[in-house]
Amino acid sequence: MHISEGVLSGPVLAAGAAVAIAGTAYGLKKLDFEKIPRAAVLSAGFFVASLVHVPIGVSSAHLILNGILGLLLGWAAFPVIAVALMLQAVLFQFGGITTLGVNTVVMAAPAVFCYLVFGKIVAKGGPMGMAGAFACGFFSVLLSGVLVALALFLTEENFFEVAAAVLGAHIVIMITEGVFSVICIEFLRKVQPGMLPGAQ
Amino acid sequence: MIAETFAFGESPVHRLDPRVRVIVGTLFAVVAALADRFDVLGAALGLAALMTLAARLQPLAVLKRLALVNGLVLFLWVVLPFTYNGTPWFHLGPLAAAKEGVRLCAIITLKSNAIVLWSIVFFSTMPVATLGHAMNRLKMPVKLTALLLLTYRYIFVLEAELNQLVRAARIRSFSPGTNLHTYRTYAYLVGMLMVRAAERGERVHQAMVCRGFSGKFYCLDEMEFTFRDAAWGGFLVLVIFFLAIWQWTL
Repeated sequence: MHISEGVLSGPVLAAGAAVAIAGTAYGLKKLDFEKIPRAAVLSAGFFVASLVHVPIGVSSAHLILNGILGLLLGWAAFPVIAVALMLQAVLFQFGGITTLGVNTVVMAAPAVFCYLVFGKIVAKGGPMGMAGAFACGFFSVLLSGVLVALALFLTEENFFEVAAAVLGAHIVIMITEGVFSVICIEFLRKVQPGMLPGAQ
Repeated sequence: MIAETFAFGESPVHRLDPRVRVIVGTLFAVVAALADRFDVLGAALGLAALMTLAARLQPLAVLKRLALVNGLVLFLWVVLPFTYNGTPWFHLGPLAAAKEGVRLCAIITLKSNAIVLWSIVFFSTMPVATLGHAMNRLKMPVKLTALLLLTYRYIFVLEAELNQLVRAARIRSFSPGTNLHTYRTYAYLVGMLMVRAAERGERVHQAMVCRGFSGKFYCLDEMEFTFRDAAWGGFLVLVIFFLAIWQWTL
């Protein structure tokens, strides 16, 4: 979910940049130098994983994965997503420099939200853990969609239909991402439980 | 898949100091994003097109990137004029297109194309490594620089890992469809990618500690700021400044 250059208004761009800088600064503070190589390689992993396209009916969508990213990285998700978006802007022209702040908030705020709200539930495991993992995938996409819609709507009230269309298009992706998160988290629980929150 | 299409080349833009490019690129994007006049944005787009020529980029690759951006703009053109509350301008069957909606779409089209062209010219004409060093010189937090450079370093490695996993699945006759089997396969694939990434992250950290990493990230890139850079940088900043004055005071 990248908002392109040239669509949003000045105040929305400025607010997005301010929140993104605050979140990134806090995330960096929480991420000591020891952990940077690990966070960077995981970030690269997510960057690459988002190139995977999953078929949904006749169409396909690429994975967003910000819920899982939040679970694995916590507050560090903020700087990691900022960096990934910077790379996407430079390499592919997805998003851009003026929208970097808003796009970072759109992806990272739901990631951190999922970590704070569902992290402990996922750590418990069992059916509750699976429900938590589903909620994580579902709500991370839902919240991202809501934030995109909000950014559009605050720019221009007449963007309402556009915003609604963006949100509507993501309903199937929310469910897909939820199912995907359950399977992926259960896989990690079997293979490398140390990566999940609550371990260490 | 991941390639730095515009990073290497022989042109006045490629020779410009990376720091100057980062500053000029950002300033222009901010001014253009805030502007809302047809004449100013038209001039901005013209200027960006001129710079694209000066940077001697592959025309086809540039057009491809523009097509991508304009796909989203096209979506706005389809929805916005007909849902905008304003004075009707023309009718298309039962739908009425509002004048203000069309105007807004036109503004956004000019803006997006101008900023994207300009960003290609000033940000994508250097390798990400150089961009990281330039940002480090411009006082970006050192942790963020380290994160950017290491992420960039490992995306290519993990892309190879992903391709390996996909190939392994294909050899076992995996063909994607809309079913649980496909989702499970992809979820395991991504999970495995994360496991490998985390393990590699540990190894990278240990290797860095072995070589004396003690929490400081050094950038050895000595960038040279010449008279040429000052002249071009100054000129471009002046042009952008003029665009801003044109937009807000003339």
